[in-house]
Amino acid sequence: MKNLAIEIKGLTKDYPVGFLRKRMRRSLDYLTLSVEEGETFGFLGPNGAGKTTTMKLLMGLIFPTAGTARIRGRSIADVRMHREIGYMPEQPYFYDYLTARELLDYFARFFSYSATERRERVTRFLELVGLTAAGDVQLRKFSKGMLQRVGIAQAILHDPQVVFLDEPMSGLDPLGRREVRDIILSLKRQGRTIFFSTHILSDAEVLCDRVGVLVGGKLQGVGAPEELVSMDVLGIEILFEVHTGGAPPRSLAERATQTGNRYRVEVPEADLYAALEELRVSEARIISVTPLRPSLEDYFFRLVGRQKAALEPTEARIA
Amino acid sequence: MSTMPAAVAVNTFREAVRDRVLYNLIFFALMMIGAAILVGQISIGVERLVIVNLGLSAISIFGIIMAIFIGVGLVYKEMEKRTLYSLLAKPIRRWEFLVGKFAGLLLTLVVNTALMTLGLAAALFYVSRSFERSDVGILTAVYFILLELALITALALFFSCFSSPMLSTLYTLGIYVAGVFAPDIKGVSEYSQSPALASLARFVYYLLPNFHNFNVIAAAAHGETIPFALVWHNTLYAALYVIVILLAASAVFSGRNLK
Repeated sequence: MKNLAIEIKGLTKDYPVGFLRKRMRRSLDYLTLSVEEGETFGFLGPNGAGKTTTMKLLMGLIFPTAGTARIRGRSIADVRMHREIGYMPEQPYFYDYLTARELLDYFARFFSYSATERRERVTRFLELVGLTAAGDVQLRKFSKGMLQRVGIAQAILHDPQVVFLDEPMSGLDPLGRREVRDIILSLKRQGRTIFFSTHILSDAEVLCDRVGVLVGGKLQGVGAPEELVSMDVLGIEILFEVHTGGAPPRSLAERATQTGNRYRVEVPEADLYAALEELRVSEARIISVTPLRPSLEDYFFRLVGRQKAALEPTEARIA
Repeated sequence: MSTMPAAVAVNTFREAVRDRVLYNLIFFALMMIGAAILVGQISIGVERLVIVNLGLSAISIFGIIMAIFIGVGLVYKEMEKRTLYSLLAKPIRRWEFLVGKFAGLLLTLVVNTALMTLGLAAALFYVSRSFERSDVGILTAVYFILLELALITALALFFSCFSSPMLSTLYTLGIYVAGVFAPDIKGVSEYSQSPALASLARFVYYLLPNFHNFNVIAAAAHGETIPFALVWHNTLYAALYVIVILLAASAVFSGRNLK
């Protein structure tokens, strides 16, 4: 069994609310979770689910009401733990009077590198996130996507073993998302542990060894994406084409959607061969036959839909 | 000594420079040039007195304004803009961050004060064409202003850990003004007929920083010798007070949940 990179036991966070701050709003409810070394873990959940709260608790930015957490065997209260982790906050914001190069150099100073090492690292990581040309531009002139890249660079600048990324794809265009995904995959190949929250389920499905779904501050499910979604086939999708002026078989035509002389139809698994036979008889050209399985997105929406109403953030009055 | 506070201090200084905080020096320079020319024409025999008084008062006021207005945003701004998130995820303790912020602003104030002192010296030389032995008192007065600014910076930083800039400005300014009138508060404790009021005044007198003791501008302007004992006393007093305030700030900030 691999060592645990992240161990979270009963982590709970209540925030005081109201004018007199006497009521408490539970933002995270007894989160217990572990992530192995080298694993890529996706933290999923709707807005306000407690994902950022969890990250902030692990980073020591806020303090837990109850529970403990350890990263690579060290308590989150131990400042030495921070040598082994990197963190990119959600929608990162940095000192806008600095250039990207100066900011990375500033952060590198917290890791006892010599001036030469710092210079070399900063140049290398600016290149990695595609900001070499903008390295000497003040951050106040950066776009949101560029700030996101600086955020990633500062998080991995010191080669941390565990990397926390809070919504790393948020605000990025498709190209930027692809680049961030490639960076995460490269970190994964290097054996780093990656813990990231995201709204983009397709990214989680592609990148993660395991995912956890948080709703209303409670962990609703954890596992490999393929374990969480049922392997049952929901139906079969058939794409086919008919001759110019031709028509699809009548039994399929009612259910099919047409684009030019192409058709798409979903049939139950049991009716597949009958449908294929009808298409053969009508001399249609079959383009593809694909089994339809539930996606992580289906699983996510099912969980969120089922739990959200029941798990509205708990409020309790202080005695 | 950890290098963490030094890194934060240098960045704080850089922020002040890039935010054009030192532009106030231009106003100071213009004021000193104007004063020197004017004083040369209207005051016979008291040019030095007027220039030293005016110069040292301006150095003090400019410094106090900078210490308060930059100081109250030192921590608050980093929390509001969330620049602290990435920083505190690095291996830096919260107290190291606070010490760095304090040292960074103090460095800014020292540079600012040093440049203004040079301006004052230039104006003084312009009006009297020479320096006198008693002018050492001017440097002592400048040193006391710096001690005063260190105290004000620590106070502003302390309030910045838990309060908005507007409230922090009011608190810091309030304590400064009360501290300037420390001898009057002591007077109340000595001459009050009410024992309760006397006790309260005594408590407030000992609690508040005594800014009155740092003001030797008049003595410096008149060329009086400032006792060495006062230099030691003020240095020790300011150092201890700053340490206590920074410890209190650290205690507050270390338990603070960031938004």
